[in-house]
Amino acid sequence: MSEDYKEPESVWTSNRFWSRSAGWVTGFSAVLLILLTMDTLDQITIGSAKDLENKVTKRVPSASVINYKVTYEYSDVRGHEVPVIGEKELFFGRSDYSEAEANALLDKGKLTSQAKNCMNCHTLLGNGAYYAPDLTKAWLDPAWQAGGVMQGMTGTTSVDEAMSVFLQNPDKYASHARRMPNLGITPEEAKGLVAFLKQMSSIDTNGFPRNFNKIQGSTQK
Amino acid sequence: MSIATPKYLSQSLAMKYFFVAVVLFGAQLVMGLIAAYQFIDPEFLFNVFNFSTARMVHINALVVWMLYAMIGSAYWMLPEETGIETVGIKLGTLGFYVLTLAVTVVVLVYILVQVGPGTEASIWLINEGREYLEAPRWADIGITVVVLIFVYNVFATVMKGKRTGITTVLMADLIALAGLYLAGMFYTSNITMDQFWWWWVIHLWVEATWEVFVGVLIAYGLIKVMHANRQIVEMWLWIEVTMLFGSGILGMGHHYFWIGTPEYWWEIGALFSALEPVPLVGMLVHVIYDMGKHNGKVNNGPAFNWFIVNAFGNFLGAGVWGFMHTLPQINIYTHGSQFTAGHGHLAFYGAYATILIGMMYVAIQRRNGIEEMRSTSTSKWAVSLITIGVLGMTVALTLSGYVQAFVERAEYGATWDGYFIAQGATWFTQGIDWRLAMGVVTFIGFLLLVKDLLTIAKRSKALANS
Repeated sequence: MSEDYKEPESVWTSNRFWSRSAGWVTGFSAVLLILLTMDTLDQITIGSAKDLENKVTKRVPSASVINYKVTYEYSDVRGHEVPVIGEKELFFGRSDYSEAEANALLDKGKLTSQAKNCMNCHTLLGNGAYYAPDLTKAWLDPAWQAGGVMQGMTGTTSVDEAMSVFLQNPDKYASHARRMPNLGITPEEAKGLVAFLKQMSSIDTNGFPRNFNKIQGSTQK
Repeated sequence: MSIATPKYLSQSLAMKYFFVAVVLFGAQLVMGLIAAYQFIDPEFLFNVFNFSTARMVHINALVVWMLYAMIGSAYWMLPEETGIETVGIKLGTLGFYVLTLAVTVVVLVYILVQVGPGTEASIWLINEGREYLEAPRWADIGITVVVLIFVYNVFATVMKGKRTGITTVLMADLIALAGLYLAGMFYTSNITMDQFWWWWVIHLWVEATWEVFVGVLIAYGLIKVMHANRQIVEMWLWIEVTMLFGSGILGMGHHYFWIGTPEYWWEIGALFSALEPVPLVGMLVHVIYDMGKHNGKVNNGPAFNWFIVNAFGNFLGAGVWGFMHTLPQINIYTHGSQFTAGHGHLAFYGAYATILIGMMYVAIQRRNGIEEMRSTSTSKWAVSLITIGVLGMTVALTLSGYVQAFVERAEYGATWDGYFIAQGATWFTQGIDWRLAMGVVTFIGFLLLVKDLLTIAKRSKALANS
């Protein structure tokens, strides 16, 4: 406040009133944000292998989800699609990854996704750049399934193998004029990335993307 | 009232920060042009300098040039607001050189090394691979140290000198701004957790603390450029802080619709982010009101023009374009599309680039003791071309975004096939072509801006002497 400050006649033109309002409003909003954050952190903490075994639904399932089949199905209760974790499914020939093994794969994949700068071409959970397809539900995309273009091109018979072969030499398997560059991804990193993509597809994104795969006959009613 | 001020070291430092900011602004545009061209010719520099690298430097240069210009603006204002030389200015100057060296190394590594193996070492040394926060961890720590020096400069100076409403808001805002950066400095394999905290930095910077910083600059700018009444300006500033933080902090909810976070963010995000344009309207009204009150009499033509573009640009880019797709019912179809890119271009330009360029003109005028600095034809061409260019890019990207929403999302259910079909649709590719054309217009405007910033002081002095 300057020294020649005079209290104005109306409260609405009083700097003191507005500076105090700024403090209170900011403080109140910040406290509310922190309280909501505490609740959200609790809900988005990664689940455990036990949760999967006991069919406990988590917003972010454990890395052990790679041992299971993941689908994206319409929920009447929620009014949009949700990931559904089903029976056991082979992932690179196994469905018995321990929690530690699965975590190590997820960790490798997430680190690789950062080191290779995936997010500056692709979107993950819809965030990133818009030069390449969204990766949120890539694991479930028809392009990678049996009969899709990617398995045919890479000469593989499963989603995990197709993704792994593709990621190691993406510029050789171009489906469109806009190719993915060769980022020197090793077999180990590719396996990690596929685990990361599979786990991401099992995250409950409140129905994003909406009507996923509807055209090709999804489960939406 | 003479405009000439003593030669404060703080203001010399500010000029250094502005200089690097303009260089980085240029780098941002060059990288943007490369990336925009790659959309049209994907084989351009393929496997040599990929889109991901160009885009990373494009957005990083953006963030860093704006931070440089913001820090520069603060070092510029400090002595004038407090009436004394900045405390610890030598340390501050050292910080500038350290920061600039670090930024140079980071950019060289981005360009030459680009990507690393999937190990912790890569995110410590090469790039962190998180959009906007790509800076490797070593640089994060360096940036934090330099910013702490800057915060110390500001606090120590305000404590010792005169304290105004402007500096009070500045201090509070800086603490929040610097502290929030820490939220982005950790690794987790949980992508939802990663994105949750990532937004704490990105959102609470650009939709809260940076906006308040803009409020501070507008307040200072109006006082200097048209001798607006300090008491009224500071009252507006407090109102803006109230509304910006009141809407912006919880407006964060609009980033938590689809990343794995609970549904209650739909309502919170929709409500508070819908309120976010309100303070931007307030800021617009405030600038126009002051302009009318002073009959448009200003002592710095180019700065004032940039302030006006800021008032409209902030409202349009951040306010209108943000509101367009902030409700979850709409956002489910536009999230992760060129819609966001359109909004991003106009918002960063309208809200930040404009006011920071305006501040550079204010500094040039006062540094050279020019009583009245009029716009040159170059100033006018620069502001016009850059504004037309950015608006053009925004409209083009928005149209491309519509195609994505309708074709890729609604018609094809967001599959990869749908993605590529939309990318090939005529309306989409036309938008992408126009974006490049308008990018070139922006770049020409930038070259004129550089020329004007370098020559306007000399011209104005020559004019005054003739």
